[in-house]
Formats: sequence, C-alpha cells, structure tokens
Amino acid sequence: MSTLTAPWIILFTPLAAAVLILFFGRLSKPLSSSLAIASALVGCVLSWWLFLQPDPAGAIRFYWLDFGSMLRVPFGMTVDHLSKVMLVVVTTIATLVFTYSLGYMKTEEGYWRYFAGLALFLFSMLGIVLADNFVMMFIFWELVGLSSYILIGHYYSKDSAADAGKQAFIVNRVGDFGFLLGILFLWAATGTVVFTELTKAIPLLKETPVYLTIACVLVFCGTIGKSAQLPLHVWLPNSMEGPTPVSSLLHAATMVAAGVYMLARIFPILEAAPDALTVIAWIGGLTCFAAALMATQQNDIKRILAYSTISQLGYMVLGIGVAKTADVPMFHLFTHACFKCLLFLCAGSVIVGMHHEQDIWKMGGLKNKMPITFLAMWAGALALSGCPGFSGYFSKDLIIEWAVVNQPFLGWLAVATAGLTAFYTFRLIFVVFLGGPRGSHAMQAHESPLVMLIPLICLAIPSILAGWPPIQKIFFHVGEPPSVPHLLHILLPALFLAGLGGAVLLYCRKVEKDPVYIPLFANRLYIDDAYGWLVKNVQDGGALALSWTDRWIVDGLVVQVPRIATWACGFVLRFLQIGNIQAYAFFFGAGAVGLLYFLLFR
Amino acid sequence: MTTLANYLLVSGLLFSIGMAGVLLRRSILIIFMGLELMLNAANLSLVAFSRFHPVNGLPNYNAQVLVFFIITVAAAEVAVGLAIIVALYRAKRTTHVEDLDTLKF
Amino acid sequence: MQLALFWVFAILMLMSGLGVVFFRNPVSSAMSLVMAFVALAAVFVTLDAFFIAVVQVMVYAGAVLVLFLFIIMLLDLRAEARRPVNLLAWAGGGLVVSGFLAALVKVVVSDPAFQIAKPALSNPQINDVAMIGLALFHNFNLPFQIIGVLLLAATVGVVVLSKKELK
Repeated sequence: MSTLTAPWIILFTPLAAAVLILFFGRLSKPLSSSLAIASALVGCVLSWWLFLQPDPAGAIRFYWLDFGSMLRVPFGMTVDHLSKVMLVVVTTIATLVFTYSLGYMKTEEGYWRYFAGLALFLFSMLGIVLADNFVMMFIFWELVGLSSYILIGHYYSKDSAADAGKQAFIVNRVGDFGFLLGILFLWAATGTVVFTELTKAIPLLKETPVYLTIACVLVFCGTIGKSAQLPLHVWLPNSMEGPTPVSSLLHAATMVAAGVYMLARIFPILEAAPDALTVIAWIGGLTCFAAALMATQQNDIKRILAYSTISQLGYMVLGIGVAKTADVPMFHLFTHACFKCLLFLCAGSVIVGMHHEQDIWKMGGLKNKMPITFLAMWAGALALSGCPGFSGYFSKDLIIEWAVVNQPFLGWLAVATAGLTAFYTFRLIFVVFLGGPRGSHAMQAHESPLVMLIPLICLAIPSILAGWPPIQKIFFHVGEPPSVPHLLHILLPALFLAGLGGAVLLYCRKVEKDPVYIPLFANRLYIDDAYGWLVKNVQDGGALALSWTDRWIVDGLVVQVPRIATWACGFVLRFLQIGNIQAYAFFFGAGAVGLLYFLLFR
Repeated sequence: MTTLANYLLVSGLLFSIGMAGVLLRRSILIIFMGLELMLNAANLSLVAFSRFHPVNGLPNYNAQVLVFFIITVAAAEVAVGLAIIVALYRAKRTTHVEDLDTLKF
Repeated sequence: MQLALFWVFAILMLMSGLGVVFFRNPVSSAMSLVMAFVALAAVFVTLDAFFIAVVQVMVYAGAVLVLFLFIIMLLDLRAEARRPVNLLAWAGGGLVVSGFLAALVKVVVSDPAFQIAKPALSNPQINDVAMIGLALFHNFNLPFQIIGVLLLAATVGVVVLSKKELK
C-alpha cells in the first residue's frame, strides 16, 4: 500500500460497492448494507492511514482527454494537507451515518436503492475531494448533485419528495452554469485546468484583474448553488424530504461543504482577486444572517436544522472571504460537520421515536423517554451555539474575529447571528424535549436502538473536543488576526448566554404553540414565493410567447404556406383535365408546333 | 420538274388537312380518318426522301421498309381503335366527341 | 408528262383530304378517304416506289377502309346534325394548323437542300419487290417478327374488346 495507490482505492471502492448493490442488492438486505458500510470503512481506515503519511512526491495521473496543447484534461488524485483532512472528515462521517442507517431504514421501503445511492454519493464526494483539476471536479460535482437528487427523491411516490429532488438538481444547475463559465474563463486565460498549474499561472492572471475577478465570481457561483448561499438556498430546506441520514450526510456535513472545499482548493487564485473575495464575503455574511432569522420561526425539526446549516455555511463562505488562509473556514467546516451531523442524527432518532412526526409543536417532554438522544443533542447544540469550551466556539469565533477585522459591517452581522444561533438552537431543544407531551405520539415515544445510538455518541465526542487547540493543531494551522477588538472576547459568550436566556424565557415553560410569530421569517423572507412568481410569470410567460410564435409564425410560414401553395397549384392544374379529347389534341398539337418553332427558329 | 420541295409541300398540306380534321370535327370516326391521313402524309415524305437520296443508283430501301412497317402498324391501330369505338358506342350510345368527357377531375 | 401526272394526282389527293374533313355524311367522308388513298398510291408510283404503292392500295384502301365502312354501318351513323359553331375551338385549331403550315413552308422553300431534282436511277426497271424483300429479311428481320407478334396482339385485343357483355 503506497500513498500513490491508496487514494485510488479510497475513490473506487464505493463505486464498486454501488455497482454490486445495484445488481445483487435486491436479493438480500444485509448484503446491500454490509457492502456499503464495508466500502465506507475501507475508505475511513485508508484515509486515516493516509493522513498520517507524508504527502506523496509524485502523482498518478493519466490524461483522459488530450487535445494537444489546447486542452489536456487529466484524471488524477491530489493528496495534500487540505484533501487529506477532508478525506478524513468525509469517510469517518460517512461510516457513522451508514451504520446509523442500518437502524433508521430498517422498516423503510427501497432499502437496497438507498444504500446504492449512498455508495454512489460517497464515490462522487471523494471524487470532488481528490480531484486535481477543474474538469474532473466539475464532473464529480454533477455526480454529487445526481446522487443528491436520487437520495432526496428516495420516497419517490410522494409528490413533495419528487419535487424537492427536482428543485435541488435544477437550482444546483443554475449555479453550475456560472461555475462552468468560470472554469472556461480560467482555461481561456491560462490554457490549463489543473489546479497546480493554475496556481503557477497566477502572476499571468494578475495582469488582468477585472477578468480574474469575473472568473473568480463565476466559479463562486458553483458554491452559491452547491452550498446553498443566499439567492440559491431554496433547495436545501426542501431537501429535508429525503431520509434523515441523507440529510445529515449530504445536506449538513459533506455535500454542501463541497462548495467551501472548492473555494479552499483555489484559495491562492482567489487571493489574487481581492474584489472577488469581497463579493464572496458579502454573500456569505448576508446568507448567514438571513438564514438565522428564518430559522427562528420554523416549526419542522429538520427545517430548523436546515436553515441552521445554511447559516453556518454562510459563516464558512464569509471565512473564505475574510481570512488569511483557507484553514480558518476549513476548521469550521470540520467542526460543523461533526456537530451538525450529530444534530441531524439526533433529530432522526427523535423522528423515529415519534413515528415519523416532524412538527416540533407535536413533540414535548421527550427528555425522559429518550435520554441518550437528549444528552447527545445538548452536546451538539452547545457546540453549534458557540458555548465556550465546545468545538463550535473555537471555529466560529475565529471566523467572526477575522470578519470584524477585515469587513466590519459583516463582522458585526456575524456577531448578531451568533446570538440568533443560540436562540433558535435552544428553542428547538426546549420545545422538543422539555415541557409536557403535546400529542399521542409524544406520549408513546421510545428510545432508539443501539445501532443508531452508537454513532450519536461517536459524534458527540469530537463535537465537544475537536475545537481544542491541541487537537486543532493536528489538523489545521490557523492564526488569529492582528488587533482583534477586545470587546469581542466578552461579547460572544455574552450573546451565547443571551440567546440561551431568551429561549429559556419563551420556551421553557409549557407552551402549546409558538408565542412569537413573525410572518416575514416564518415565510422564509418570501424568497420561495418570489421564485414561484418568477417561474410562473416570467418563465411561463416566455414559454407561452414562444409557443405562440412556434404555432402561428414558424408553423404558418414553414407548413401552411407550402400547403396552400401546393393546393393552389393543384386547383389550377386540375382545369386542364376536362375530358374533352379534342382539347387534349389541341394542347398536344399546340405543344408540338411550339416545339417545332423553338427548334427551327431559335 | 418536280423537286423534293414539291413532294414535301404536298405531304405537309396533307398532314395539315388531317390535323384540321382531328381538331375540328365532332364525330369520332371522322377524327380517326384524319389520323389516317396524317400517317399517310408521313409515309409520302418518307418515300420522297427515299427516292431523292438514292444509294448506289437505287432508292434507299431502308426508308421503304419503314413505310411498310408504318402501314402495317397503322392497320393494326385502326382495327384496335375501331374496336374501342364500338365498345364506347355500346356504352354511351353516341359518337359525338363532346359527350365523351367522363375522364375528368 | 410525269410532272403533269404528279400534279394531277397531288391535287386530287388534297381535294379528297379536304372532302374527308368537310363532308358531313360519314359515308361520303369514307369515300373521299378511298380517293385520297388511291391518289396517294399514284403519287408513290411517280416516285418509283411500286411495291409500296400496291401495298398502300391493298392494305389501306382494301382493308382499313372496309373496316371503316363496316363500323359506320354497324353503328348506323347518320349525317351529323349541325351543332352551333364553337368559335374558340375553330380559332384554336386553325391557329395550330396554320402555324404548322407556315413553319413547314418556310423551311421547305428556303432550304436549298430541298431544291434538288430527282436523281437518275442506274436501272430504270428496278425490281423493287426483291430489293425491299432483301432489305426486310436481311436487315430488319427482328422488327419483322415483332410486327407479327404485334398483329397477333392487335387481333386478340380486338376480339376481346368487341365481346358483348356476358349476361
């Protein structure tokens, strides 16, 4: 086993598992799940092993598309610090989620389809992590979108699930359009798509700053789509229609983080275009704040967590825009993957215990019935809201510090968001677990089986510990910005307590429905409605106009005119067939005489 | 002294008379007779050419063989044509050409 | 002498032709047609085409015309009633005919190739039956056989066409 071959094995084992499950999975359920878990486990072990090895010197790369000097697209692996860390994150969380799925999906339909989809997803995600050039990354980017579509629409007989899958894919496609344009811009300027060669070509790119800025912003469009940033975030809450393990793996920990990972991968190029970094920071900051506002008024347990994910992704994107190295947002990605995945798995545990009821206002008083889930959820919540000592505190507050120093407005927006985060997180815990049961399901809730609880415990540990400096230093090299306002060090823990206090005040007693109702947030800032209006009026209107043009103008010109012309000719010529023999003889004679004249006297 | 032109002129006139008969008469039998006149005019011009361009001191008998064939074929054609006219008369009871106009659009 | 004979018979032939076209009684037309055929045979004789002249009389005057007369009698055709003259048809027909005639006259009169006199023959008494027979059976044997088949086909066709409907 060498460091050169290990990445290939890590990448292709899940694909092999997916193919095998596709052919043989329907024969036995244990076979499908064990193939999937085995492939994830192989990837996990090899990733940890690879992490401890030094970077390989060369690279195995073969040229998949070779058009001479114009374009050479290789298929190769990049094994550097960034990808090794990401490999560890992806494979470990994947293994835990796969194991959890054993319990969650036991009574659900489409068992083998699910595991095949998960294995395919793992293959695609690892492809993004290991890709060494833009085109390969784009291919796996699309594959990840496809796996997401398959998994979101797992319960395909439900209209809402099918529509959610479609929406995810289509909205991602919009972002990917910009992404592809950005790749083309960069290729047109430098003639290559390989990351290392692009990095070497940065001085050349710096000569045309406007072009470089536009290219970087276009590439960022891919992240806007994939990581659910502000204009294109609408698909992520709807993607909660998929099974909860899918939501935790794809739409919390890994797939949505792929956007941030991609930005981290091309960070040297982004650094050369400071205006692009400003755009990125603004979109990240606004997303983070707006999503937190929307999360305070949601009533579905998974949707609260979905908006929370969008908000935290906004933090990561903001981090890319303001920090000095890419390790700062990647650190938050790392901790976020742990605690957000944990929160989702706990939510899944609650949902299974509640017989698939997801409205938090029908839950309540579950803390005695599901104690381990309760404790795990506390661990995740404390990490998410930035309680000092937990992992989220270290990573999130680092980003906030950098933001306050480099983009003050966004920085203070992020500070406010931290308070909101604490508020809605504890709102969730108090409404779900405290108080009394609000319905029959809540009264009959029970704890989840062990196979689901063990991943919860496994994830709770890094949620607590992963931020501590000794552990952080193993994975990342981060530094604080110079001249951080001292106010921040006091303000952030204070906001955490304020958020917690607000949630305690409003939700800790016995409440039947939400005492606060802010329609703007509950209706998600009306962005979904805006998109609906856009599609219905603009797109459908355009389609109607084009359809009218096609039917009346194109069809009329191309079809009706020849039709009428032919009919007219036929109508006219019919009058020559009058049945009178002498008339025919006359025409014959006239023609012959005419021909004679033509031949003789021309 | 008759020249080739004379014969050709006569032949042409005969042809025109036949054509006039075809175009202007109303009875189908007379039209048929006009047709025979046209054929004969062609025969006349053929024989004239045969005589006026002799080969080795003899008229060009290839043309006369052609005339022979034409006469034969014309005879056969008359037979068949008249049979058709008879059948037509049996169906329509008229030989007036303007009444025979059912083959139209 | 020959010249006079040619013109006499030519004029006779043309007059008969006009008679065919302009008589109203079909039997009169048929008689004119006989006259035309015979006059034409005479013109053939002036052209030293004796065999053709005889064949003309035998086949045309003897067979074709008899057929015509039989059909006239079978159909019991009377003299045509006067129908109103269709001026357009007469104009059209007249135009075509005169056009053709004009073209012909122009060509024949102007081209010097047509102004030649009758060339002399090597032997004034030619055995043209033998010569035609030689040409027919040596050079044109296949067309001759095919003509036979054609005549057979014509016969069969005529028989089929004239059958009465079998009730």
